[in-house]
Amino acid sequence: MDALRIAGLRHRYPAGRLALDGVDLAVARGERVAVLGPNGAGKTTLALHLNGLLEGEGEVEVAGLRLGRDTLRAVRERVGLVFQDPDDQLFMPTVREDVAFGPRNMGLDEDRAAARVAEALGAVRMAHAAGRAPHQLSMGERRRVAIATVLAMRPDLLVLDEPTANLDPRARRELAEVLDPLPATMLVVTHDLPFAAEMCDRAVVLAAGRIVADGPCREVLADRALLAAHDLELPCGFDLGLVATRPYAASAPSARRNAISTRVPGP
Amino acid sequence: MGGLGVHALDHAGTAGRPGSVVHRLDPRAKVVGLLGITLAAAVAPRGAWVVPAACLVALAGVAWWARVPATVVWRRARVVLPLVLLAAAVVPFVGGGPSVAVGPVHLSVEGLRTFGAVAAAATVGTLSAVLLTATTAFPDVLRALERLRVPRAFTLTCAFMYRYLFVLGEEVGRMRAALAARGFRPRTALGAAAVGRLATALFLRGHARGERVYLAMCARGFCGVMPAGAPGRLGRAEAGFLAALGALVVPVSVWAQVA
Ligand SMILES: Nc1ncnc2c1ncn2[C@@H]1O[C@H](COP(=O)(O)OP(=O)(O)OP(=O)(O)O)[C@@H](O)[C@H]1O
Ligand SMILES: [Mg+2]
Repeated sequence: MDALRIAGLRHRYPAGRLALDGVDLAVARGERVAVLGPNGAGKTTLALHLNGLLEGEGEVEVAGLRLGRDTLRAVRERVGLVFQDPDDQLFMPTVREDVAFGPRNMGLDEDRAAARVAEALGAVRMAHAAGRAPHQLSMGERRRVAIATVLAMRPDLLVLDEPTANLDPRARRELAEVLDPLPATMLVVTHDLPFAAEMCDRAVVLAAGRIVADGPCREVLADRALLAAHDLELPCGFDLGLVATRPYAASAPSARRNAISTRVPGP
Repeated sequence: MGGLGVHALDHAGTAGRPGSVVHRLDPRAKVVGLLGITLAAAVAPRGAWVVPAACLVALAGVAWWARVPATVVWRRARVVLPLVLLAAAVVPFVGGGPSVAVGPVHLSVEGLRTFGAVAAAATVGTLSAVLLTATTAFPDVLRALERLRVPRAFTLTCAFMYRYLFVLGEEVGRMRAALAARGFRPRTALGAAAVGRLATALFLRGHARGERVYLAMCARGFCGVMPAGAPGRLGRAEAGFLAALGALVVPVSVWAQVA
């Protein structure tokens, strides 16, 4: 069973703008998919659909559960959505309270919620900050805590919207180290092509509300004409060949690497 | 950066010895105890100086147990106290009845008494608040209020304000920097217009932020009801704390009311 299946998803904002124009996507369990695309391509709109925060035409299925009014709660427990700006996500006065918010909404009692908080903060290496206020944390730390707030719900599918935005190189590396060992299926929405190359086995390119390319991350990123056609570019001097030597690649589960479809439709 | 006195808020954190008996008390006991002391001072009859005196002794005791240094208490009280005293200081000039002449001005004796009583009550109230915030983190105060059945809408509003005051403060800082970078000096009427637009932009940003925060809450399973936190425990330490404060303040207050 696929972790995520999207069929014919269309979304028009009330203002009249067609943000998603027939998106089809299937993601296998354990797979990590980068969603690339220029500003305004519809990436955030797509992410909001996966959690039922926006409603459009078409179908969204998470781990076999079709998204609809009656399944909204169940789907939201399975999909962990990390927002573009951590200040939107962290709204409680302390980190501990914030991470406990999701588990408490799931109806867990205090002991089990506290255990989830400890587990999630441990996974992002922020256990020491449990009692602090979000505004006392650095941007990289806020991002990791924001990820912990959804990890505490033990989602099957982790959707990250621009996880590396506003991070310095060290915070970015720490984020990769935190994300890499996680077993969850991941959808990483990003402009940061080197980060996509490090984290993901597969990449799709979204442009003007449609998926225009889908394939192994390295192949997509090596296609200069495709990238140029959609205002995406690798940093000057970036060598895709060096990505495989990254230190935390060795720990990645190998099962993930075999489940890649190599469908690459032309733009 | 951080205009809007955000740093003043930062200084409002806990102080003293974090592991002290007072710091470790259930916040509810501290809220009730210190609020009680403030009330006792506020309702004391005018001229019954023993009541505020007893309250100050009790507060000094709390400060000593929590090892909150006098300098910290003074520094924090200094921010609020002058404002309260200033408001009270008007009274001697406007009160009626017999008056005393101090140089060229005539002060109402009744007014002076009232000023003294208000000033004493204000001092007790300010010191209580300073000691509460010095020994209890703000989120714990909120949770205590919640468990004391203060309406959830109120405590939630406070919690969001506490959280987003810093975000808005940073935004104001950034916008002020952007204005200043383009040579803005708030001197002319034109400047006032720019400040007006800044306020509008801030409001719109705040509103957009609110919508995104709401979405983020829904994404984590929020459906309109805030989940409750861990229940606290009121044990012997809390009972002892309240009994000690009560023993100091209650008999004196009762005596003052009767006499
Ligand atoms: N609330 C809204 N109302 C109307 N139109 C919107 C709204 N949000 C987004 N849009 C429009 O929908 C399109 C897709 O927006 P979306 O935010 O999904 O893009 P994105 O790919 O996430 O872009 P970015 O990389 O800048 O984050 C854009 O053209 C945008 O202007
Ligand atoms: Mg976006």
